[in-house]
Amino acid sequence: MTITIADLFLILPVLVLTGTAVLAMSAVAVGRNYPVTAFITVAGLLLAALSAVTLMPGTNQQVTPLLIVDPYSLFFTAVICLSAMFIAVLSYPYLEGLDDDREEYFLLLGVATVGAVVLVSSNHFVSALLGLETLSMSLYGMVAYTVHSQKADKYPLEASVKYLVLSAAASGFLLFGMALIYGQTGTLAFASLTDLSESSLGNGFSVVGLLLITAGLAFKLSLAPFHMWTPDVYEGAPMPATTYLATIGKAAVFVVLLRFVEISEALALAGILTVLSFLAVLSILAGNLLALLQQNVKRLLAYSSIAHMGYLLIAVVASYYVEGRVGIEAISFYLVAYIIMSLGAFGVTSMVSRSDCERDTIDDYRGLFWRQPLLAAVFTAMLLSLAGIPLTVGFIGKFYLFFAGVEAALWPLLAALIVGSGIGLYYYLRIIYRMLEPAVSPDQSTMSPELSFGSYGVVLCLSLLLLGLGIYPAPVIDLIEAISTYV
Amino acid sequence: MILVTLIAVLFVGGLACWLSERFNPDLPRLIALLTVLLDFALMFSLLGAEGTSTWVAVFEAPWISRFGISFYLAADGLSVLLLMLTAFLGVVAIGAAWDEVQERPGFFYFNLLWTLAGVVGVFTALDLFLFFFFWEVMLIPMYLIIAIWGHENKNYAAMKFFIFTQVTGMMMLVSILVLAYFHYLQLGSLSFNYHDLLNVSLTGEMGMWVMLGFFISFSTKLPSMPFHSWLPDAHSQAPTAGSVILAGVLLKTGAYGLIRFAVPLFPEASMAFAPVAMTLAAVSILYCAKVAFAQDDIKRLIAYTSVSHMGFVTLGIYAWNEQALQGAVMTMLAHGLSAAALFMLAGGLQHRIHTRNMPDMGGFWPKVPKMTAVAIFFSVAALGMPGLGNFIGEFLALIGAFQANVTLTVVAAFGLILASVYSLWVLQKVFQGEYNNRGFDDSHLTDLSRREMLYFAAMMIGLVWMGLYPQTFLSMSEPVLAQLLSESAQTLVTSLEGGL
Repeated sequence: MTITIADLFLILPVLVLTGTAVLAMSAVAVGRNYPVTAFITVAGLLLAALSAVTLMPGTNQQVTPLLIVDPYSLFFTAVICLSAMFIAVLSYPYLEGLDDDREEYFLLLGVATVGAVVLVSSNHFVSALLGLETLSMSLYGMVAYTVHSQKADKYPLEASVKYLVLSAAASGFLLFGMALIYGQTGTLAFASLTDLSESSLGNGFSVVGLLLITAGLAFKLSLAPFHMWTPDVYEGAPMPATTYLATIGKAAVFVVLLRFVEISEALALAGILTVLSFLAVLSILAGNLLALLQQNVKRLLAYSSIAHMGYLLIAVVASYYVEGRVGIEAISFYLVAYIIMSLGAFGVTSMVSRSDCERDTIDDYRGLFWRQPLLAAVFTAMLLSLAGIPLTVGFIGKFYLFFAGVEAALWPLLAALIVGSGIGLYYYLRIIYRMLEPAVSPDQSTMSPELSFGSYGVVLCLSLLLLGLGIYPAPVIDLIEAISTYV
Repeated sequence: MILVTLIAVLFVGGLACWLSERFNPDLPRLIALLTVLLDFALMFSLLGAEGTSTWVAVFEAPWISRFGISFYLAADGLSVLLLMLTAFLGVVAIGAAWDEVQERPGFFYFNLLWTLAGVVGVFTALDLFLFFFFWEVMLIPMYLIIAIWGHENKNYAAMKFFIFTQVTGMMMLVSILVLAYFHYLQLGSLSFNYHDLLNVSLTGEMGMWVMLGFFISFSTKLPSMPFHSWLPDAHSQAPTAGSVILAGVLLKTGAYGLIRFAVPLFPEASMAFAPVAMTLAAVSILYCAKVAFAQDDIKRLIAYTSVSHMGFVTLGIYAWNEQALQGAVMTMLAHGLSAAALFMLAGGLQHRIHTRNMPDMGGFWPKVPKMTAVAIFFSVAALGMPGLGNFIGEFLALIGAFQANVTLTVVAAFGLILASVYSLWVLQKVFQGEYNNRGFDDSHLTDLSRREMLYFAAMMIGLVWMGLYPQTFLSMSEPVLAQLLSESAQTLVTSLEGGL
């Protein structure tokens, strides 16, 4: 199959991103200049997002057997590129004082985004794996980025190696699962499973293959019991890398999971729904209960992200039972909400941290409300949104999940959702309460005196989105309703 | 449109308070006072507007069409009464905070006004999604009021308050969604509109579970046994203004929810559940009166008496006849005033002598004669003295309940006796006897100021009015309650016929 110019035009976002990475690399080769590299990356990400938005109306085409370009993939391409842009802006002041080469970080960020975009556009095992590996490989680098710094505050090497080893193991699971399915069907497209007759499935290879794939993806999504790496990697990585891992790293994988279960109709197979329900309940309970014990904000948010992935799985299970697309809509909306609130929460922690001085214990935030009212208000809003309180986008997201769950009559899962959210309130409120307390030690008042203008812009923009979509979500709901028909 | 204005004024006023703090720390309280007074004045325009139906003001605009959710506000006599109570107690709360809140006043009044805005929203929202939205919106500012300006154990109390209400709130959300989904199944479209949802018939086990979702949420807020344990903590730790709003207004949202939503939406399940609810109410009345008697902390004591009095409201609502409902509404109004006044007295005492521990007090009468007089008045009101509002409410509630369930009513009536015991007990411990000062600084133990007297006088007038001429209030709620009763009776008859 030949690739035409028209095809290339459809994958413009990927090309723009690749071009950005190459351009950034060439710029580094010509001469190291931190602001210029950062600017090239930010501009490239913005351009990619814009190209995705422009392509969105009316595009629905398979480009090579590997990539599907439809409004759904383009929507998430735009979301991911914008998030990556926000993260790039937040990274800039964080890495500015690093006593090592700083430019390549943006290179890695750009390449990781290529992987994420390929992931959300894939409906084929090959592209899914390529996207996943591109994303993960770059993330190893990002997580370990401060490894040569003499003053690095965290343990990037430990985090990176942990992530590398476990992630590689998960990829092994994925590949083996894919091989088993390939052995049954002889094709690697997601749609291949639907061709199988009942009898050939009965021999179990495909079910085992699916379970292996589920395990691999569950690892990437850090669903319990595959979640062990998450808190350590989140804690050890530099703050912007953690942000990337927690937002784009999760959302892109979830989109591909969603597409996989929808296209392959894998949920219809015996046992898969039970496994997913089990993973959901376990993630919700483990994530929320373990988050209660944390004193470190990064670890706390890591456990909370485990719980949130569990909430999302409820909608995946629900999507099998409900007629119509409400399950997919719920997942899509919640993913957008999750990206906004996680970016915001990690954004604030990034803003008060530097590569040589991370503010990541809950006590660091004591009295923030009175020292940095704006920042603390943003953080509070983000945490309340994660807890699912109205006026924020997190509430609408949770409403969507509840709705999908009710329509599918998944009472035990809904009970887990209620219990989990109830526990969740406690640790979110604990941070908020700490911020409200009066500051004690004098060194806290010196916390990050120079805050960068760009980072302020990013968190304010996210707060506006958070409140705007929380109060008047209708436009985004309508958009998501329209694009969900393409999955 | 007037209803939107009522809410918007409070939201905007709250923001103005926060921003104005920069210019002058005295500005926020002034702005807050003017805002609530403006809101109060606007509410009077609802009084004249008697429409043909029971709804005196309606506002509807599309909101989230995907789910059939609209921004639908409406007020009838019942809402108007509770709105007035909200605004009145809002003014009182600002008065209570006037001198007490010195720390970050702008943010305090911001939270106070946003709580009130949420409450006004709850009393007027007729789209269930919107109702839930406001139900939750009023929580966060209240949480902040307790967590920032509260007393020694504020973190625990604020957290407990939030988690209790939020978790049970989510149960209600699931119930609302089930109801909306059944509307979709039975009538072909998604809707969260109250009038549409009244047409959904949920029977059998499903109806019972969904009704329980509402009941648990509302009876946690009310609160009723066994969901009441957050209240004593929240009350004793909250600043005075917070207690006033909490006892006077927030608790009433639970009762309002039962009257407006829990029973009318599920008449059958509610009737089946009524004996259980009434038993819980009777247990609340007696048990919490007993527990109140055992408290040393004066604010905890008043908090338990609140739970006890709210038992009469539950009793009246689940008796579900006109007298009982009228009694419940009157109790809500009268208790709003008397509990708010008692919390202001307790708060005033704490502000003066920095303790709430009753064994440390005693014989304050000669030192603070005005305060003693006021305390006697409101204690007597709370114990149900004829001639004051609380008597009318509890009397009507008991008469109504007697028609529904004789045994439980007889048991519950003993609550009136216990009420006299603990009310007089407080008076005796704090104000009568030898002057007693065990380890507190009494140099600031001054009598009520003029401003305080003004607020107490206003509340006294309200209670006397309710006690001597309750018709003013009864005639406002009467048509609403009559309609609710006839609608639910109709539903019951239809479903009975269907069953035959």
